[in-house]
Amino acid sequence: MVKVADSIYWTGYIDWELRNFHGYSTPGGSTYNAYLIKDEKPALIDTVKYYGFDEMLRRIKQVIDPLEIKYIISNHTEMDHSGSIGKLLAICPKAEVVCSPKGEQGLKKHFDSSGAGNWKFKAVNTGDSLSIGKRTLSFYLTPMVHWPDSMVTYSKDDKILFSNDAFGQHMASPERFVDEAGLDIVLKEAAKYYANIVMPYGVQALKAIEAIKQLQIDMICPSHGLIWRRKSDITAIISKYIAWANYESQNRAVIVYDTMWHSTEKIANKLFELLDKEGLPVKIMNLKNDDPSDIVAEVMFSKVVIVGSPILNNRVFPKIAGFLGHLKGLKPKNRFGFTFGSYGWSKGGFSELEESLEESGIELIDNGAYFQYVPSEPDLNSLAGIVSKVKNILTGDKSRAGV
Amino acid sequence: MKYKCIVCGYIYDPEAGDPDSGIDAGTAFEQIPDTWVCPVCGVDKTQFEPVDE
Repeated sequence: MVKVADSIYWTGYIDWELRNFHGYSTPGGSTYNAYLIKDEKPALIDTVKYYGFDEMLRRIKQVIDPLEIKYIISNHTEMDHSGSIGKLLAICPKAEVVCSPKGEQGLKKHFDSSGAGNWKFKAVNTGDSLSIGKRTLSFYLTPMVHWPDSMVTYSKDDKILFSNDAFGQHMASPERFVDEAGLDIVLKEAAKYYANIVMPYGVQALKAIEAIKQLQIDMICPSHGLIWRRKSDITAIISKYIAWANYESQNRAVIVYDTMWHSTEKIANKLFELLDKEGLPVKIMNLKNDDPSDIVAEVMFSKVVIVGSPILNNRVFPKIAGFLGHLKGLKPKNRFGFTFGSYGWSKGGFSELEESLEESGIELIDNGAYFQYVPSEPDLNSLAGIVSKVKNILTGDKSRAGV
Repeated sequence: MKYKCIVCGYIYDPEAGDPDSGIDAGTAFEQIPDTWVCPVCGVDKTQFEPVDE
């Protein structure tokens, strides 16, 4: 039995074996966190992905008879959290599903064939409250953090925020609390999560944080990963979210590339050599080895994003195109970059590469560095010009970068 | 002129209005009150851009 606070239990499912969360690589698995509040009218906050139902039920039974559940609070419609609502309602059919108005619409559309049309819904809006006995829960709608239906639940008596995906991390572990695992490890996973899931919605995330800032929060219970309960950890994650939502980044560069015959690779390595000589922090990521979801996390940390690609059939190289597609949807903003690559006889795909970066909110600081077939020594040495512009940006002297 | 929500892609068409939110057909985007939000994703009017036609 995992007690989170007085009369509040974690009854989730640990997904040890998950390695791919709709394209987001999860080498460390994940969890779907459900929280059971044992009060006069027991309430379950979120459920688990459909295949975790048995474990969730087993954990609930350690605390109460599931028949006693009066409310299933659905903070978010996505099926990693709503996937077991139907199965649970088969056991406690009188329970009401509490969610946002868009949540009700969304759940009905998702689970029409499971009879969601007959579920007892209680739609709530920002500021509404629900008394469950000793406690009163209140709700704050957080549209587009990260779906239209998203909301968070707050227990004033416990000073606990049930934040659903916000502040979550994909980590399967025996530990349930951030301080048990170590802040640095959890922040790294929380950053990757933010970069891949929340990044396009910075404006909405800031609005949501404004709404909850006035609340007294002693614990944040997210729907994935570990629970925040140490004051300094809570302060840390909230201030990180604010920084990320403001599209802040660090003074570092990331070089992202793929290569067919090592030419684009040669350019990438020369760029690294020249940047490294200036003492600038730079990381290389190669689409052959690195997952786009990890590359995107690195983009979130980097003020300068440098992307290189060979040309194949007049188009940008396929894995680079895939990465650019993901990046365009995430819209990083407030960053600088440039492009490079090797071509054979036509520079066709390079405009696609340049436009993709610009569309993503990355301002190009110079023309791209494109060389035919194999770059020569003079070709590679000519990269010094762009490197000095990058240096100006990373050492804070934006005015001299010519942007 | 049509306006597009840059967050979710919903297009406001003045000819159709948004009657579910009390905006009659024929209402220009500029005339919609600032309290109105995108009916799909809930963001406010500042997140809308004119659509080039």
